[in-house]
Amino acid sequence: MGGFFWVAGAVAGRQIYKYFTNPAFLAPAFFPIFFFVAFAGGLTRVGDVPGFDYSGGYIAFQYVWALLQAVAMGGAFTGFSIAGDFENGFARRLLLAASNRSGIILGYTIASLVRVTTTGALVTVIALIAGMPVSGGFDFFGLIGLAVLVNVAATLFGAGVAMVMRTQQAGPVIRTPIFMVLFLAPVFVPLNLLRGWIETIARLNPFTTILDAARGFLAGEPTSAFLAYTIGLALVLVFAVWALYGLRRAEKAG
Amino acid sequence: MGRKGGIEVEDLVREFRKGPRAVDGISLRVEPGEVYGFLGPNGAGKSTTVLMLTTLLPPTSGTARVAGYDIVKEGPQVRASIGAALQEAALDQFLTGRDHLRLQGALHGLPRANRRKRCDELLERVGLSQAADRRVRGYSGGMKRRLDLALALVHQPSILFLDEPTTGLDPQSRSALWAEVSQLAREDGVTVFLTTQYLEEADVLADRVGIIDKGRIVVEDTPEALKAEIGRPSVEATPMNPGEREAMVRTLGRFGEEIPTQHGAVAVRLDQGAGGLADVVRALDAEDLKVSNLRLDEPSLNDVFLEKTGRSLEGAGETRAEEAQT
Amino acid sequence: MGSTLPVQVTAIAQRSVLRTVRQPAVLISALLFPMMFFAINAYGLDAAARIPGFPADSYLDFAFAFPLIQASLFGAVTAGADLARDIESGFFDRLSLTPMRPVSLLLGMLAGIVALGLLQGVVFLAVGTLMGVDVRSGFFGMVVIVALTVLVALGFGGIGAILAIRTGSVEAVESAFPLFFVAIFMSSINLPRDLIEADWFRFIATINPISYLVEGIRSLVITGWDAQALTLGFGCATAIVVLALGGAAASLKTRVA
Repeated sequence: MGGFFWVAGAVAGRQIYKYFTNPAFLAPAFFPIFFFVAFAGGLTRVGDVPGFDYSGGYIAFQYVWALLQAVAMGGAFTGFSIAGDFENGFARRLLLAASNRSGIILGYTIASLVRVTTTGALVTVIALIAGMPVSGGFDFFGLIGLAVLVNVAATLFGAGVAMVMRTQQAGPVIRTPIFMVLFLAPVFVPLNLLRGWIETIARLNPFTTILDAARGFLAGEPTSAFLAYTIGLALVLVFAVWALYGLRRAEKAG
Repeated sequence: MGRKGGIEVEDLVREFRKGPRAVDGISLRVEPGEVYGFLGPNGAGKSTTVLMLTTLLPPTSGTARVAGYDIVKEGPQVRASIGAALQEAALDQFLTGRDHLRLQGALHGLPRANRRKRCDELLERVGLSQAADRRVRGYSGGMKRRLDLALALVHQPSILFLDEPTTGLDPQSRSALWAEVSQLAREDGVTVFLTTQYLEEADVLADRVGIIDKGRIVVEDTPEALKAEIGRPSVEATPMNPGEREAMVRTLGRFGEEIPTQHGAVAVRLDQGAGGLADVVRALDAEDLKVSNLRLDEPSLNDVFLEKTGRSLEGAGETRAEEAQT
Repeated sequence: MGSTLPVQVTAIAQRSVLRTVRQPAVLISALLFPMMFFAINAYGLDAAARIPGFPADSYLDFAFAFPLIQASLFGAVTAGADLARDIESGFFDRLSLTPMRPVSLLLGMLAGIVALGLLQGVVFLAVGTLMGVDVRSGFFGMVVIVALTVLVALGFGGIGAILAIRTGSVEAVESAFPLFFVAIFMSSINLPRDLIEADWFRFIATINPISYLVEGIRSLVITGWDAQALTLGFGCATAIVVLALGGAAASLKTRVA
């Protein structure tokens, strides 16, 4: 097991170094922050719609989605990074050098988490500047815990795709499903105000439960917390298996 | 010189904002119908010169007339008289060979009725009739270069500029292109201004060669005259016993000046010319110096370059020059 | 022997069209993605139609301008990137050696944008109608919608061309895409200006010319014939086109010796 953690630490260290020496590491935060500003700035009147009963207010409502989007995109970007490492040959060196290759996946996951603490903090600061109220019952750890799960799941998903495809073409294959999952959810209004096909899809989307629970944590009114965490952990497990599968495929390809 | 197909260059200079002058006062004349080879290592200023003569880059100072037109003041007339195949075979990946020729033909004002005929003619000439309707994305390097040449010829220019036309091509494609260029010059009377870093190419194709180094023309004449100037052939011997190399240097040194050569061998330029070879063999025999290899080399353009600049063109051209030897 | 301007523009435009037709993936994305975003946006925000003072019965009708504007943007960035690629690859130099007047390259590129804009306008109107969008101004209104959309595409295209000519870099042009995207959202595209609560946002939306482009198209759908909205919409679009094309032509002069 010593090999596993050592490898993870080495991979994580290198990734983190890459992030902080290149301002582009904030790139995954761009769209979440942009959407937050656009929606929380432009759509606040939606909070006046009869039936909109989120106690945190519209800005907080949008903030949670922006935060989860940021952590999910952080995972996607890590996937792009891994695909890039395969394309430029660095990954092959990693595979040769690592005593325990599964540690590589853990390494990238740790690095991804480190990155999203920065991008997530950035999104939060902007929300606070925008006047998001923080209520008394705010459950910080509940919210962060879900964000961590979303990030890890997205990272593992992206890592798996990147290791199976091993080229930059993996980019759209990683990005598109994550985008779809993020958008086919109660983005603008709560689930109870959605109608038609989008309501159906949102109900089936596992991300919706996580999003609702996260919003509940922020407002101090936790809902479906247990279910959300269960879904989160299940996603992490499923994508961990997927990532390991990707690793085996990459190893076989040499 | 008439308006027809010559090039006159007077003190042409091109400076870039940072760094030395890419072209540092070049003067030359190319007669109509001549094939002029501009030979030099990477970074010598060949492409920059071509860009100026084809009006794609303005000179910092100096003048030049191409086909009798001033490159700065009469740009459109220059462009109407020349065809150019530049270093990047700049093609559109989504168009076919025929699409490219049609586009070029239309832009040059070829009447629609003649366009098709001209396209077919050119495709046949460069050997791309079969591949004409395939997208350029699927063309090999050689095919792209041939298409490049065809495009340069659409409007029957009197002067053709070729910037390193065979760099990166396999020997077969290279020979085919040489044959085509020779034909253009001999049979169609097209003036060809060719830049290259391949000695062989300049030697085979050019009527006259201008050797350029660091933005200046170092020497200019026919390939034969240039080599004759250097004149004498050299002999190269590789001792069978490396320990005898010093002795061999002393022995061969009696027959001429030592010149640089590959590691472990000894080479001298024979004062007496090729006739001195017999004396060399006898001398080596007398000293009981055994050789694993003995070679007589005629002077090459590389020797000319070496003599004039103190550097070897082949070394400066890296692996490309090695390709030229095969 | 030289060629006339119409011949040159036709040749370049033909090339643009050929290129587009031969990249079906790009064409399908250009048609599919705006529609998908529209579907998610329109249905996701359906509840907004219940905001007091909302000017339309359904959010679907209200949001219909969104895919048209967004598609124009995609088209412009793609065309700009193609032009930048031509410059980067040296194809532009090749064309410069012919009697082609540089402005023909610009006009040919724009012809391609117009063609794509027309196609997108027609397809989106067809799909929108199937989805239940009710265009109050009727068939003639639809024609005007397509015309305004094409004008908007030309304007964006001109801006894309300026970027391409000045930078000569595909990467630079494509990285402008997020900025355009931001500009689209910082307008009245999601809610009418009078229903935007945040003062700073409403201010940006008011000075953003895209708001007037959106409102012009939207008025044809939800109101019918609104002279003021149409005047502002066409006026803004025309102004952008004139400025952008003027800028592109001027940039072209400095690039070609």
